[in-house]
Parts: sequence; C-alpha cells; structure tokens
Amino acid sequence: MEQKKHEPLIRLSKRENMATWQIWAIRIGSIFLALFLGGFVIGATGVNPIKAYSTIISGSLGRATAIRQTVKIAVPLLGCALAIAPCFKMRFWNIGAEGQITAGAIAATYFALFWAGRMPGPVLLVTMAVAGALAGGIWGLIPAFFKARWNTNETLFTLMMNYIVIGIVRWLQGGPWEGQKGTQIIPQFAPDACLPRVFGIHCGWIIVLVMVVLMHLYMTYSKQGYEIAVIGDSLNTARYAGMNVGRVMMRTMFLSGAISGMVGFILVSGANGTLNDGVAGGVGFTAITVAWLSQLNAFAMIAISALLAILQKGAQTLQTTLAVPTSISDIITGILLFCMLGCEFFINFRLIFRGHKAKKAAPETSADSNDSPVKEAAENE
Amino acid sequence: MEPVCAIELRNITKRFGDVVANDRINLCLQRGEILSLLGENGSGKTTLMNMLSGIYYPDEGEILVGGKPVSITSPREAFHYGIGMIHQHYKLVDVFTAAENIVLGLDEGGKLDMKATNARVREICEKYGFDIDPSQKVYDMSVSQKQTVEIIKVLYRGADILILDEPTAVLTPQETDKLFSVMQNMRNDGKAIVIITHKLHEVMAISDKVAVLRKGQYIGTVNTSETNPQALTEMMVGHSVTLNIDCPHYDNPQPRLTVSGLSCFDDEGIKRLDDVSFTAMGGEILGIAGISGSGQRELLECIAGLHPISSGSIMYTPEGTAPANLVGKTPMQIRKAGVAMAFVPEDRLGMGLVGSMGMTGNMMLRSWRKGKGIFVNRKDPNELAMQIWKDLEVVTPSTDFPVRRMSGGNVQKVLVGREIASSPSVLMTAYAVRGLDINTSYTIYNLLTQQKMQGVAVVYVGEDLDVLLELCDRILVLCGGKVSGIVDAASSSKEELGLLMTHIGGKEAK
Repeated sequence: MEQKKHEPLIRLSKRENMATWQIWAIRIGSIFLALFLGGFVIGATGVNPIKAYSTIISGSLGRATAIRQTVKIAVPLLGCALAIAPCFKMRFWNIGAEGQITAGAIAATYFALFWAGRMPGPVLLVTMAVAGALAGGIWGLIPAFFKARWNTNETLFTLMMNYIVIGIVRWLQGGPWEGQKGTQIIPQFAPDACLPRVFGIHCGWIIVLVMVVLMHLYMTYSKQGYEIAVIGDSLNTARYAGMNVGRVMMRTMFLSGAISGMVGFILVSGANGTLNDGVAGGVGFTAITVAWLSQLNAFAMIAISALLAILQKGAQTLQTTLAVPTSISDIITGILLFCMLGCEFFINFRLIFRGHKAKKAAPETSADSNDSPVKEAAENE
Repeated sequence: MEPVCAIELRNITKRFGDVVANDRINLCLQRGEILSLLGENGSGKTTLMNMLSGIYYPDEGEILVGGKPVSITSPREAFHYGIGMIHQHYKLVDVFTAAENIVLGLDEGGKLDMKATNARVREICEKYGFDIDPSQKVYDMSVSQKQTVEIIKVLYRGADILILDEPTAVLTPQETDKLFSVMQNMRNDGKAIVIITHKLHEVMAISDKVAVLRKGQYIGTVNTSETNPQALTEMMVGHSVTLNIDCPHYDNPQPRLTVSGLSCFDDEGIKRLDDVSFTAMGGEILGIAGISGSGQRELLECIAGLHPISSGSIMYTPEGTAPANLVGKTPMQIRKAGVAMAFVPEDRLGMGLVGSMGMTGNMMLRSWRKGKGIFVNRKDPNELAMQIWKDLEVVTPSTDFPVRRMSGGNVQKVLVGREIASSPSVLMTAYAVRGLDINTSYTIYNLLTQQKMQGVAVVYVGEDLDVLLELCDRILVLCGGKVSGIVDAASSSKEELGLLMTHIGGKEAK
C-alpha cells in the first residue's frame, strides 16, 4: 500500500507580535471591504453604488443642517456605548441599556413636566440630569443585585427589564402624564427644561465628549477600573485578591445604568423635548455594536458611532432622493460588524497554503482546513 | 546496518509566530524500545509530540513511519499509522464505562457489540498486565485507573507507537511502579514508546534511550545505561547544576499557625476536611502530601479565608504578638495580617493571576487598594515587576506582556515571586513547581528555603514525594480530608508516605 505524502491545502498558524500599524491597517481595510460588499447590495436595488455612497456622504455631511442631524444621531449612540463598556469589560452582559435609558428619561421628564417654572432653569436641568442618572442607575442595579445574590442570568434579566420600563412609559402616555385627552402624547417640555444649543445642536454632544475622557481615565487608571478588568478576566483571581465581586458588579452596573440614564435625559431634554415609548429607539442595542467594534476603547467609540450615524442619516437621504429603502443602512451595518469581527481572526492567525513556505496572510479566503484555530491557540508550553 | 526506525523525524521545524518551538529536530525510535524525551519547560517536547499525533503540522522536515515518509494531518490519521498519544489531561466521558470510553469515536459501522468489546479489552489487559474492570464507570475511577483507560484506548485502536505525556505527574509511587511494569510488558511486545517526564530517576529507571531538547534545539540522544542524572541535567540546561536541595536547620522554630479540629464542606454538602489539626512553625517547611483532591486545596483556602469553615479554629501567632483566630476574618484581613498563598491550579492562571495583564498588572493585584485617591499606583508595582523579572530571570519581552502568553515556568515564577515579595510570615504554596523543569524548580525550592531561614512558616503542598522528603522538615499526609499522619521528613521514606496517602494511619496492607 503506497502512502502518498500530501500537505493540507490550507493550514493555520498563530501570529504573534503584529505591528500596531498593521493591525489598524487590517481593521480599516475591513471597513472598506464591508463598504465594497455593501455596494453589491445597493447595486441589487438597481442603483449605482458609487452614486449611492456619495449620496450617503452628502446627505449626512454635505450641509450644516445635515451634519447637525448626524451628530444628533451619534450622541446617544456614543453615550450609551460608554455606558456598556465597563459592563462588557467585566463580562457582565448588560443588554438592558435600552431600558436604563428609558428609566432615566422618565425621571427627567417628571421634573420637566411638574417642576418647570418652580426653580431656575439651570437648576432644573441639573435636577433632571441627576434624577435621570439615579433612575437609570437603579434600573441597572436591580439585575446586578440579583446576579450578585442568587447568580441569576444577567442577559435575560436586563433584557426583560427593558420591556417593563417601556410598558411604564406607555401607561404614563395614556394615563397620568397624557397632555390632551385621547392623544396618547405627553406634552412638549417648557423651554426651561430643554438643553441649550451650542453650534445649533443641543449641548448633549459636549456632555458625551467629556464622558469619553472620564470613562477612559476611569477604565485605564482608576482602582475601580482595575477591579473591573480583573473580574472580567478571572472571577477566581478577583475573589482570591480579596475583591468583593458582588459589590463591584452592583457598583459597575449602577454606573452603567446611570450613564444610560444620562443619555435618556439628553434624549428627552435635548433631542425630542418630550417623552414617548420609543425614546430609546434601539440605541441601547446599536450601542452594543459600537462598543464591540471599538474594542471597548472609549476614543475609538467616537469614530464608530460617527460612522454608524453617517450611514443612518445618509440612508434617509438615499430613500428620499434615490428611493432606496433606509433599511440599507442596517444591512451595511451588519456587513460592517461581520467584517470587523472577522478581521480579528486574521490579526490572530495566518493561513499557509500548500507548497508555500510563505509568510503571507490572505485575508479574503475562508478557512476550511482540518485545523481549527482552537488547537493552535491551545499551545501553552 | 541499523534496523529501520519505527518512527523517524528528519529536520522537523515548527514555528509559532516568531518563536521557533522546534528547530530541525532529528529523532529515531525503534520497536521494542522506550525513549525518554527530556527537556526544560518550553523546550518543545509537547510541540514535537503533538506533530506526531496530528495536532500540529510541521512547517519543515518530514516524518517517516517504518521508513516511508508520511503526512499526519489529524489525530485520526495518526492512528492510521499506529501512533497514539496519552495526554496529560484525560479526555474521558465520566458517565460512560471504561469499555464505552474505549470504543468511543471508533468508526466501525454496524451494531455496537459491547460483549465483544469487553472481551477484547480484557484480552489487552491480560496481555500487558493492566488491572481494570471494563464495565466500571469512569466517575468511580481513581486517577491512575483513568490513565489506564486512556492507554487501553490507544492500544485498542492498534497503536504500536505510544506517546505518554508526563504520565507519572499524578500518580503515587506504587501506581508509578505499576505503570512502569506495564510499559515494560509493552516494550517486550515490540511496541515503541516515548515518555515525556521531568523526573530524572524515572528516566533512569524505565527508558532505554534518552533524547534531550533544549530551547527547541535537538541536543542529542544517549543510551540510558551510559549516562547519569547529572550528565542529563547538564545536557538539558547547558551548564552544570547541583542536584541537591538544601535543607538547612533553623534554630528556634516557633508555632506560627495552629489549626485544630478544622472541618469544612463543599457546595454539594460533601465533607472535604474532617477534623484536621496541625501546627506550622516559623522557620520550618511543612510539606503536605496526598493524592490529588484529598483536601489540600480546601485546607489552604480555609486558612486564606476563601472557603467557609464548619468547625474548628485557626490560631495565628505572628512574631511577638498574642495569638488571634483567623476564622471569620475576610481574605483581605488575613492577607494583611501576613498570611500569603500561592496556589498554582492545573491551568496555572485561574487563581492568582490575570492572564490578559502583564507582570505589572499582576503585581497590582496585591497592592491596588493601597494609597489615597481613586487612581491606582502603577509605579511601585512596576518596580516590583522589574525586580522579579531580573531576580528570577523571568523570560518575557516586557513587564506589560500578557502573562497568558508566557510559558508555564515563567508564569509560576511571577506568581511565587509576588507572594514572597509581600514578605509574609506564613507562606502557603500549592503545586508551586507543577510541570516545571529541574532548573526552575530548584530556583523555587531555594526561594522557599530562603523564606524559611528568615523565620517564615512555609506550607508546601506538593506532588513529588522525593522533593517533599528532601525539601521539608515535616510532612503532613492527607487522606480523604483527614490527617493520615505527620512524619519527620528526615526519618521517613517514600513507601511510608505512599501508604499514608492511601490508608489512614498507614496501617493496612504491606
């Protein structure tokens, strides 16, 4: 029986010590790849992709008003991604930012509706912000408390909390806080209760930019940030180092909820001027994408949330001018997520083809070899 | 003329990124031969064997089985060539019987005939002298029985080239003897066997030839009968080393930690420690021996405040103060009082280290709460990291390089070094040299002895009885959560310890 010697067609090899610029080149390359693939989807609707992309750019950044609209979309995304970051760093899967935003929005709205005119404007705004943060924080604290006490599943818990709080808003809309009977609408806030504008946009953008810096400092240099990182890496090690894991969990979730609550305040007081049941509008979920794509890096979140906002705003223009459905932006976002997460594979591994001693990576080929990355990664001696 | 090799490696090279794990290795193994593969940690032994068993694929070079070049791309294909590997961590299904585990994954088609299987398993057992019941469930088995199942599994598949990766690390001396007699039977049957081990006396006892690797390079192969442990160590390390553990005497040992009547239960309500009493003295190394899972971990965790205690007391007497009970104190308070613990679990990282952080980040684990303000102090931990990096010769590109990507020995140096740096008055280590090569192990033994001579009470939980006997002043043996005996290391023997490990008081049998 003659055994023929053959090498596998493709095999994987773990990569070490890739230069930082190369890593970023691959990441940025993956964004372009996503836009390229998205072009085919646009093409399928019968529109020239290049024209569509230029419409997206001009529609979102072409005029001052368009830019303002885009920023308005980016602000809550960025704020909420910042809120999620510490939880995810801790491997606490908080997917309830949506509800925490809404809880903050309700608390802020209470003061806007019933305390406007009874205290000076700035005091009112600060009160609304604090109330929003507290309410959001408490809404986030509840699942953390149960997790710390009885080890409940935080993913399900935070998710269900979303529906509860949105139900509360519906009840308020149709009941106690209803403006004109039968409208199911909460009245617009008094001017006192609305965030002032800076460069034509409500000043929420300044608040979130300040939060970016604070969050970066918190995560990188603070004792609490260190605790979060240790817990995220190994619960046993954290316990062993004398950390009170349950307390840190509750504290971090309170902080996370509080930031989401602030975003809720910014949304009702700055963007909408009122409260409705769609106040969060999926921001809490899209922010998860933003947080992951930016690898929980606070500064990268600015770029990612801007990118997603451009797509979203641009797609609206695309619909009005070229009759392409706005859902195209969701599709491109999805492709983007896929490409950017996929590119991490090529940062960690490289493919070697049969007959090549080569050191070349080939980023566009799927890996269907017998080797799994896990095997190579399991090397630990 | 030399007979054809059962398996031959020619210029095998394997790289991981920039690291060359194996650099042009040549090796030849004949039938009816046991070859020991020797080398320090990170010298590439496991990588090399993984290429034989189809887990990795070599970057360069070729593998010849029976003189013909082959390409092994998966473990299944390795079996096809008669190569079987017994890994350090067993891969068995707990709720299956021995026989079921043995046939698991065999692609034979048709109906599974358990009767025939059992008969064949028995036949293999008889042939080589294994002692196992094919219908016993794996969860009822001891570590050594599980290992036996793994070996039979490989033989059942018709392997005639066997690779055993550190098979004796988890066995008692008696079990090791049994394994060795089985290995000799297999050799006499014409099988080719590779054994990876760190224990030199085992190399001398069992193997015909020894191949030595150093830092991925092939150093050479020698006949066991023509060499000695000293020479092998020098081949392995590249320079001469002394192979004696110093056990100097400390003049005036004082009781430091007095444990009395300690009992505890685990989450499932099973009693893990049963009325454990002993005294650890300052200026003494107290060894703790026992089959793995006899309560070593729980004992250390109870003392460190990490495990709830159901009854008993732990009196702690730091130098020149009144005794205080540690029961009921938080882990933080206990550590501040001067009780340090370095536990090296099987995965080496799970307890005590943060894999994604560098040395500096891991040093902070002991000090992050110090200092005023909300920000951590990185300066002192970084200085400490630099110092340990230098003093213990940790191999890492920088103090920020994630410890997860460092090799096992270096990870342990970081862990033990950090605990010692906190200048404790009780230092507990568990499996501090787990999987470490000789050179690094001796570095750690020396560190512990240094601590002892400074009057620290050292508690050393270990697996290697030879080391326990040489390193420790007294040895406490645990058996099923009970203290089976406390012996004087100088006047005890491996056999005595082995008996105490399996029988309370060491009374039964002989």
